[in-house]
Amino acid sequence: MTVFIIRRLLQSFFVLVAMTVIVFVAVYAIGNPVDILIAPDATQAERTAAIARLGLDQPLYQQYISFVGNLLQGDVGRSFVFNVPAFSLVLSRLPATLELALFALSLSILIGIPLGLWAGLKPQSIAGHSIMVGSIFGFSLPNFWQGLMLILLFAVLLGWLPSGGRGEPGEFLGMQSTLFSLDGWSHLILPSVNLALFKTALIIRLTRASVLEAIQLDFVKFARAKGLREGRIVGVHILKVIMIPVITIIGLEFGTLIAFAVVTETVFAWPGIGKLIIDSIFVLDRPVIVSYLIVIVLTFITINLIVDVLYSVFDPRVRLQDLGA
Amino acid sequence: MRSRLLMASAFVVSFAAAPAAAEDLTIALASEPTSIDPHYHNLTPNNALTRHIFEPLIKQDENQSLEPGLATEWGVTDDPLVWEFKLREDVTFHDGSPFTAEDVAFTIERAPDVPNSPSSFGLYIDDIAEVEIVDDHTVRFHTENPVPLMANNLSTVAIISKKHAEGAATEDFNSGEAAVGTGPFKFASYTPGEEVEMEAYEDYWGDAPEWDSVTFRPITSASARVAGLLSGDIDVIEGVPTNDVASLEENEDVSIWQGISNRVIYIHLDSDREATPQITAKDGSEIENPLRDARVRKALSIAIDRESIVEDVMEGIAIPAGQLLPEGFFGVSENIDVPEYDPERAQELLAEAGYEDGFKMTVHGPAGRYINDEQVLQAAAQMWSRIGIETEVETIPVSVYFGRASDLEFSVMLVGWGAGSGEASSPLRALLATYEPEAGFGATNRGRYSNEEMDSLLKEALVTVDNDKRQDLLAEATEIAMEDVGLIPVHFQVNTWGTRDGLEYVPRTDEYTLATSVRSTD
Repeated sequence: MTVFIIRRLLQSFFVLVAMTVIVFVAVYAIGNPVDILIAPDATQAERTAAIARLGLDQPLYQQYISFVGNLLQGDVGRSFVFNVPAFSLVLSRLPATLELALFALSLSILIGIPLGLWAGLKPQSIAGHSIMVGSIFGFSLPNFWQGLMLILLFAVLLGWLPSGGRGEPGEFLGMQSTLFSLDGWSHLILPSVNLALFKTALIIRLTRASVLEAIQLDFVKFARAKGLREGRIVGVHILKVIMIPVITIIGLEFGTLIAFAVVTETVFAWPGIGKLIIDSIFVLDRPVIVSYLIVIVLTFITINLIVDVLYSVFDPRVRLQDLGA
Repeated sequence: MRSRLLMASAFVVSFAAAPAAAEDLTIALASEPTSIDPHYHNLTPNNALTRHIFEPLIKQDENQSLEPGLATEWGVTDDPLVWEFKLREDVTFHDGSPFTAEDVAFTIERAPDVPNSPSSFGLYIDDIAEVEIVDDHTVRFHTENPVPLMANNLSTVAIISKKHAEGAATEDFNSGEAAVGTGPFKFASYTPGEEVEMEAYEDYWGDAPEWDSVTFRPITSASARVAGLLSGDIDVIEGVPTNDVASLEENEDVSIWQGISNRVIYIHLDSDREATPQITAKDGSEIENPLRDARVRKALSIAIDRESIVEDVMEGIAIPAGQLLPEGFFGVSENIDVPEYDPERAQELLAEAGYEDGFKMTVHGPAGRYINDEQVLQAAAQMWSRIGIETEVETIPVSVYFGRASDLEFSVMLVGWGAGSGEASSPLRALLATYEPEAGFGATNRGRYSNEEMDSLLKEALVTVDNDKRQDLLAEATEIAMEDVGLIPVHFQVNTWGTRDGLEYVPRTDEYTLATSVRSTD
């Protein structure tokens, strides 16, 4: 397992290097951030001075070399826009996004798996059909529109929940998070429902399909023939088999929840990293874009690692050493 | 059933946001200010936000006319190269320390030179060669050339405290440590991406602010801002989308406030090069640049039905433009009317210039920088097609658009210009003066329009200290450039604010959203 993890980390290192090169070249090719940031009536002298202040007067390869040099000392550079260290800017927005992603993921698992099981075990029942029809809505309604409808219904018409923003954080065991305060929860509910709707639909469909496959398997038939209780068949045998694909998807989806919650964060004015990255791309704030991608690549690597470890827990046939080869 | 009802009502009680006390104000901003440091980034959202905490020597009122700020009197001394400012005497910073000439000198020294600044205030200050402190409440600015716009320039520069800001970096302002000003509000907290909180400063020298505390929240999505206002979470929003205005006006719980802005939306034309990138004959063959001919430029201008653009595209929320600033601003000419829509005359002009068969062009514009910018350009393109100029539209994301426009990649482009100084020399100098970047002329002249007569009038105006005379010179320069169609003004933007019922907003031409402009009507 150790070898496996080390090999994984090495691979990730190359991913990171490739990513920084791509970002550097891409942002450089798009344009000059100073064109966007500077006051339009600035003189040429002012413009030249601003370009020099941001270090953009150097040729690209030199900018990259000094970037790598600084990176090795743990410094990604300062945001062109906010004039604060870019990495800490991204990290400061990360808790908000993690809260949202965790909350949304829990919602979609807690709702998605039971409903998916039901729909898979009783595919011909009315409930089974309604669950599947409902999941189509989760899939097909645009995220943006769903968010606005949620706001319209629960914030504007009913006035139950705030229309956007993040609540006051509470404290629990020395940790600060809006997960620990009532105000925090009230602000979390709408955006995480918005985020969770699509994921729930996905998990329902995946679970149902896996269940339909699993109940055909020989060992399930055998268990039935042996007279095992239905609860045990479903809860132990079927669940264990279907967990492999479900965990893979949940892992991947957790990554995308963190990385691409942009639409939800924008609609609900949620101060997470998705909103930060979109704003940064608009103004070509390269240090922030790089820092964001480093965080996201690391997140995906970690999640994939956890998913691989969970595989072996759920299915002893999976050997981690084999996967790495 | 009963228990479910009970749960629902418990939900309401616990989660409904407590109604804000009348003295607290929450304002939603359309774009996020990037810092509390008032000199870090010369950008409208930053300037508007920091204006609460810090003040300039001279303020701009809601119409951008100058009024006393931290200075009570100012003017040129007998020597035209020396300006003298008398400072207000009863002013204290938020920590109680007195405001003196030292702070002014320190500000002038720091403002142009903030580390990593992507857009500094140097352009307003660089004319000052030396600051002379006469006494605690008198300063003199020495310049190398006469600078009649000294007062306008300094109205953009926030005065900071030497005691707190000496050696301070941008982070020290963001943390609040150096964010000690003389303004009506004190810094309370700043969470990037989330909110900025301020509290009233009890010992403010001017009228005490009506609000005990103000929270600014950046909400970039327009529909989310409107939802926030409708749900009561937000008291004041800026940038109400034009297609929501009509329905909000009918809503009794909110009020809409509109005011003309200093921003003109205009079309710049490549009027210099012999061949221009996106104009060809109708069969695709290369032709000489037709935009060098003033008759063609005029034809393009009168082919635009400005009334229809304002009514149909902007939903009535804009004002047709015939020059660079709306009526009432300094340097505006009274002799210029909005060009009348006249497609027949436009066709005649094209024929006179030798283009009776028209030509083919692609025009460019930003996607989402100005209100309804793409649709405005589409509408103009259709109108041009009607007079025989086959026109295609290409819109480009903002992050790429302005760089390419400045690199002269476009033949015809839609842009906007807000005159920060609030008078006509700003657009004349940047957009229409002959390109001479080292001297600060034509810095944004992306059409490379050039007219010696206008240049000399403008240059004369820029060293004329006599206000009446300068006004006439600027108006005359504008008349020449507009007659020659150096660019095509289309409309002036009208800005819209929304408030909850019981509040009123006094619209500002500089597009600032200020808590001091919000008043309670109850």
